[in-house]
Amino acid sequence: MISDHLTSPAAASDRSPSGSSLSRRGFLQAGAVAGGGLLLSLSLPFANREAEAADSFTPNAFIRIGTDGGIVLTMPYVEMGQGTYTSIPMLIAEELEVDLNQVQLVHAPPNEKLYGNPLLAGVQATGNSNAIRAAWQPLRQAGAIARTMLVSAAAKRWNVDPASCRAQKGEVRHEPTGRHATYGELAADAARIPVPENVALKRPEQFTLIGTPAKRLDTPTKVNGTAIYGIDVRPPGVKIATLAQSPVFGGRVKSVNDAAAKAVKGVRQIIRLDDAIAVVADHMGAAKKGLAALVIEWEDGPHANLNTREIVGELEKATLNAGAVAQNIGDVGKAMAGAVTKVEATYQVPFLAHATMEPMNCTVHVRRDGCEVWVGTQVAARAQAAAAKTTGLPLDKVVVHNHLIGGGFGRRLEIDGVIRAVEIAKQVDGPVKVVWTREEDIQHDMYRPYFFDRISAGLDAMGKPVAWSNRFAGSSIVARWLPPGFNNGLDADTTEGAIHLAYALPNMHVEYARVEPRGIPTAFWRSVGPSHNVFVTESFMDELATTAKQDPVAYRRDLLANAPRAKAVLELAAEKAGWGQPLPGRVGRGISLQHVFETYMAQVAEVEVSRTGAVRVRRVTCAVDCGTVVNPDTVRAQIQSAIIFGITAALYGDITLKDGRVEQTNFDTYQMLRIDEAPAIDVYIVESREPPGGMGEAGTSAIVPAVTNAVFAATGKRLRKLPIDPKELKQV
Amino acid sequence: MTTTIKVNGVDRTLDVDGDTPLLWALRDVLGMTGTKFGCGMALCGACTVHVDGVAVRSCITPVDSIGKSEITTIEAIGATPAGAKIQKAWLDREVVQCGYCQSGQVMSAAALLASNPNPTDSDIDAAMSGNICRCGTYVRIREAIKQAARSAGQGG
Repeated sequence: MISDHLTSPAAASDRSPSGSSLSRRGFLQAGAVAGGGLLLSLSLPFANREAEAADSFTPNAFIRIGTDGGIVLTMPYVEMGQGTYTSIPMLIAEELEVDLNQVQLVHAPPNEKLYGNPLLAGVQATGNSNAIRAAWQPLRQAGAIARTMLVSAAAKRWNVDPASCRAQKGEVRHEPTGRHATYGELAADAARIPVPENVALKRPEQFTLIGTPAKRLDTPTKVNGTAIYGIDVRPPGVKIATLAQSPVFGGRVKSVNDAAAKAVKGVRQIIRLDDAIAVVADHMGAAKKGLAALVIEWEDGPHANLNTREIVGELEKATLNAGAVAQNIGDVGKAMAGAVTKVEATYQVPFLAHATMEPMNCTVHVRRDGCEVWVGTQVAARAQAAAAKTTGLPLDKVVVHNHLIGGGFGRRLEIDGVIRAVEIAKQVDGPVKVVWTREEDIQHDMYRPYFFDRISAGLDAMGKPVAWSNRFAGSSIVARWLPPGFNNGLDADTTEGAIHLAYALPNMHVEYARVEPRGIPTAFWRSVGPSHNVFVTESFMDELATTAKQDPVAYRRDLLANAPRAKAVLELAAEKAGWGQPLPGRVGRGISLQHVFETYMAQVAEVEVSRTGAVRVRRVTCAVDCGTVVNPDTVRAQIQSAIIFGITAALYGDITLKDGRVEQTNFDTYQMLRIDEAPAIDVYIVESREPPGGMGEAGTSAIVPAVTNAVFAATGKRLRKLPIDPKELKQV
Repeated sequence: MTTTIKVNGVDRTLDVDGDTPLLWALRDVLGMTGTKFGCGMALCGACTVHVDGVAVRSCITPVDSIGKSEITTIEAIGATPAGAKIQKAWLDREVVQCGYCQSGQVMSAAALLASNPNPTDSDIDAAMSGNICRCGTYVRIREAIKQAARSAGQGG
């Protein structure tokens, strides 16, 4: 469902030629808003290949300037803590010459055709740290075009040269005559001005907003309890449901005795699905009490006896056979044969749950002729499609109300929770909010995949790596989530961080073997491919430095002659961390370097290992070159956040299966880093005018090897399997 | 059987089992959704409220255990001097990311500041380590508490 102003005939009337070199007209059209005002309809480049082929203009973002001067951006990305709702409006406000607080945001309704993410093959999704990367050019251009049209409208009205007018703080001024008019007063006239063909964007030194630490726009309601997340919606008459899903993935309900549950005060209904039971009640307290009173017998199905070690065995076996070649440079076989020293290792990373603080939830009202869904999702259009399919209703009869997200990290790129809620709601008269207990949330997540890596290198007499060979096996999320993105056994995510390394490696061969684990679903997880690959490559690079008896920073630096941005962050992090300065016993520093999400990052972790083997990260120093910085405070916040997220994984993150069941249940068995364990974090941002790189996830992949390399420096123990096992580090 | 509890200065009567956790009475019965559900086992602190000024986890606090005690929630904490200072410091320091845990963080911090105007790092650790933040805003939470304490010290 799209509001009226988004489908004004003016927006769709013109047809622009499309082509590989994108003219400004090709991605933007102007028209009048019903009721007056200016509407800019944008087509973000390559959002929709079908539309391009049809040679038609398909807008996918909208900026409306009303006659009241209000500026409304219909926002194709969601806010989940990463600051998007502040940084995206900054791009428009910068060129439009308005204050940031004049730009109002509206959640985009589900419509893949309109709001597809150009960097995610047109899926309407917020993920892969790319909101700013996708919006950087088009939204600034849109702001500049709107400003130019408003200035033209004013100049025409006053019969003066547009060049003698100036846009400032939401109005156009003509200094020689002292005349001025607000954007609201000019919006209707501006709608009749032809879209300019050539509009110059500001040079970086002219930026007044971009690069400044703008205040977050979404935070005041989050400190006084008034922000509404998906879990907070209360449509009139809503009932609360909670559920038990088959503890073994793929199992079914065999029998259920609900007599005791039905007797619980406030319990209204017990719903039996093929593989789950839900208790519908007046409030969650009654629903949980009812759930506990159910006697359910499960038929566990084919994965009844599955344990993690069997999955690992299958992955390990897959690394003994050839995979798909992700990158090949030179001749590794020949180089390896001629190497003076050979180093070999295997690495493993575990399954991980997302554990978003807002547990999985979705509210649904199914009527005979329509369906409403209230949910915080990273994929609104997929949520709508899933609800339509599950109800059998046409797509236009399903309304999705998207909400603030209490943590995404990839979990809310999936629609399993929506489907489940609709299945339950189909059997409930009236709206029902399905809230998962934390135990269900942890035990029925879709997990960061387990990976097994077999890696080797050959060093010359000077200790330099002349050959690098890496073969790893694990799940491809892209192959399931975005099948066209998986080709010839490869996808860009699963291999990111394992290939196209910043280092000059004359002979390199990397293979990936896709192995989908049995009996456990997998999904994107903050920093995705790099969360696995950077741990392996940066740990192994450390091993090579050790073998070569060289300093880990110096060893890396020598391989970066052709990568100045990588070298700069490496040197900056090392310098700021006091690399090389003496430390007490059982304390060590470790470095990592990566180039992922189009961002260069180096981190130094300083860790202390107790006699009992407990690892404490005392301090982290991060140097980052993420190109042009839109909001430096958000960059710092995202890095601090990602580092805590990564340390949590390095120290504690481990989802294991026993008899087909996830063994972890709540924050006692699936621990999170807490404030008393959080390190001091110093972030240094390298000034750059390159296009922006991704920021939401890079810090997570970088911290993990920095920590394990620091543990090696402190104890001499090389950690090749996550999470860190204190037993291995116990001083004997 | 009904239970009457006093929430933010107002008596509220609930028709729920006496062992119903306060969290669900607040969220689902009274419609006060600022207090959040995170774990249901007092492991994460998202559901923190004040009972007679003391931070408690509402997810394990039965409504029939409250008696005449006064409950304060995130919706009203801004009316207390410590709560107002914490909220201001939270915004000044840009603590918040996804924000879901922040109701609980603010409530724990406000209780700390009300009882201890000059908390040390270890006081902060002790008072705040029961509150998980998955976005990892801990560095800024610590700074914000210290800022709020400084502003309290100035009588502001």
